[in-house]
Amino acid sequence: MKSTLSVLVENHPGVLARVAGLFSRRGFNIDSLAVSTTDNPTISRMTIVVDGDEAVVEQVAKQLRKLVCVTKVLDITNEPHVERELVLIKVNADAQARGEIMQIADIFRAKIVDVGRRTLIIEVTGDKGKIDAIETALKPYGIKEMVRTGQIALVRGSRTAIINSKED
Amino acid sequence: MLTGGQILIECLKEEGVDTIFGYPGGAVLPIYDALYDADIRHILTRHEQGAAHAADGYARATGRVGVCLATSGPGATNLVTGIANAYMDSVPLVALTGQVPTGLLGKDSFQEADITGITMPITKHNYLVKDVADLPQIIKNAFHIAQTGRPGPVLIDLPRDVTASQAEYRKAKAPNLRSYKPVMAGARSQILKAVKLIAKAQRPVIYAGGGVVNSGGHEELRQLAEMLMAPVTTTLMGLGAFPGDHPLSLGMLGMHGARYANYAVYESDLLIAVGVRFDDRVTGKIESFAPEAKIIHIDIDAAEIGKNVPVDVPITGDVKTVLKQILKELKAHPNEAWKEKIEVWKKEYPLEYDTNNGLRPQAVIREIYHATKGKARVTTEVGQNQMWAAQYYTVTRPRSFITSGGLGTMGFGFPAAIGVQVGCPDEVVFDIAGDGSIQMNIQELATAVTYELPVNVAILNNGYLGMVRQWQELFYNRRYSYTELHNPDFVKIAEAYGAEGIRVENKADIRPALDQAIASSKPVLIDFIIEREENVMPMVPPGEAINKMLG
Ligand SMILES: Cc1ncc(C[n+]2csc(CCOP(=O)(O)OP(=O)(O)O)c2C)c(N)n1
Ligand SMILES: [Mg+2]
Repeated sequence: MKSTLSVLVENHPGVLARVAGLFSRRGFNIDSLAVSTTDNPTISRMTIVVDGDEAVVEQVAKQLRKLVCVTKVLDITNEPHVERELVLIKVNADAQARGEIMQIADIFRAKIVDVGRRTLIIEVTGDKGKIDAIETALKPYGIKEMVRTGQIALVRGSRTAIINSKED
Repeated sequence: MLTGGQILIECLKEEGVDTIFGYPGGAVLPIYDALYDADIRHILTRHEQGAAHAADGYARATGRVGVCLATSGPGATNLVTGIANAYMDSVPLVALTGQVPTGLLGKDSFQEADITGITMPITKHNYLVKDVADLPQIIKNAFHIAQTGRPGPVLIDLPRDVTASQAEYRKAKAPNLRSYKPVMAGARSQILKAVKLIAKAQRPVIYAGGGVVNSGGHEELRQLAEMLMAPVTTTLMGLGAFPGDHPLSLGMLGMHGARYANYAVYESDLLIAVGVRFDDRVTGKIESFAPEAKIIHIDIDAAEIGKNVPVDVPITGDVKTVLKQILKELKAHPNEAWKEKIEVWKKEYPLEYDTNNGLRPQAVIREIYHATKGKARVTTEVGQNQMWAAQYYTVTRPRSFITSGGLGTMGFGFPAAIGVQVGCPDEVVFDIAGDGSIQMNIQELATAVTYELPVNVAILNNGYLGMVRQWQELFYNRRYSYTELHNPDFVKIAEAYGAEGIRVENKADIRPALDQAIASSKPVLIDFIIEREENVMPMVPPGEAINKMLG
């Protein structure tokens, strides 16, 4: 089972190492992790997708909360939220296949961002389902390279992660 | 203007620090220069590991933050075992390390070690100070983190240019840690649920640990036990959280716990777990640990609750505060029949040993108990000596049984005893040691002699790494692979260091030797030549249910 944690952390050096170290040390599985600063430059947000049952995810959240540099941990899996991931896919595209690939891109509302002699780079954003689907669709042409940003997410509506409280 | 080193000293005094344990080197020269005429006592150990354990012992005995100091590189890495030890046992410690100047960081400079990286998983938090202006606030925050919530070690890495540079000293403000706010009180709804469960219970057992000692909640624990007539069993770390001579005391539980303690837990219908973490050495096979009981778990660390066992009523909060909350709602609810059943177990399965022939380690410990009237501050090494001490020294007050529980660090007990003696100068301090363990930090005899610390060391000398030998005997067909020790003459070693040494080979000589040691104003090392293959019993074999005990 996959869960999405939205984690606010102090924007200090070493925070990423502390979080990553915690996961490896305790044997938690990270599916993806995306970090960047927030509108508040002293705070960063990590969106962490964790693989594990309910008890594991609860332990992950509790262990994260214990880190002195972690401000807030929200398990947003079961809350209405928007999740997105951006992917760049470099796919083989000879003259013959090019048209078909462009059609596929169109269906997924993806963009062609680079046109090479034998390849195209396709940029697509979406949730995990959509990304997996386009990947499957493009696979037969031969994916040469691919990079995913990892999932980011925000809770829908006016609810926010308030910075100076540690409980959820 | 002050130097960074002088500012550091001012900040330490501001935190009420009167003693630090340390060892100098190049990267901490500016700090040592400031210490030269500071009114803080510095105890020079003979190894940085000794400094860390001494600070740890000082902290456990006094309840104050222990402080140790080492130079960069090897000095810092020598602290690592001590820091890990304090981390596992939740001891408030501030470790100060020197570091190469900021300009040389990350360049594999001479005596550079990435000590903040190395200690990340074994500290509650750590800091690398890059600007002397940040120093006061970092020290303030570090002490706050170390001693609040679940206590633990905090390391502060101090590059030499930071402690050497000149700056205006500005006192720190209150701790400013927006992301760190330990919860003290338990949620009222949970307290009420707990009270309800307690009222229904007929066979309650209180399982108490180091969290009770840390929170100072031992008085509240006693009240709770007496109101319910509930027996109390403690973990190794919890010894002293409940008076060992109280009629409701079951002593220690777990792998080498008393039979009646494990039976009581096994048959209980309500386990009140207070400041404990359901460690595997306690629970044995986890599915058969209190299989019929509902569980109330009180702990300051939310992450401990539900980590190893599912819990019926989790209460996150400071143990003392939560126990007070519970006591306020609780009506007396004595469980007479249960108490009687336990009395029967106690009579039927007492902790006992062979008193007939030879010099038995258990007898030595009973005599230490009698000779000190149960009032000593006891530290232990690790192994059989530690378990015998836990079983046979009846601990009656908190902070007086000091042992390496979580990490199981051989070599902890002696330097810890030095720290305890520094913190409690008027008390009798005993390190109950093994012949193997004592040699891991025996150099600290020099420290004890230099500072005229009259610590006593009782070596239970079996000529073996006894606990390992016991496992080889029981589970590896008596193949004693590399566990026999050829030891030096401990009496001569003591004397060479300027301490007193006594050898005891007969039962009759135990007490006179102890009396002599207690009366002496010098450190005394007593070499008790004990039965070589005595085992620690009873014992729950690893992975077995706690009611299935050997011995
Ligand atoms: C630093 C360290 N190394 C190894 C061990 C593993 N170990 C646990 S008990 C023990 C034997 C201790 O021997 P001794 O101090 O003579 O105590 P005894 O069991 O004989 O009382 C060993 C080697 C340990 N706990 N700590
Ligand atoms: Mg031994």
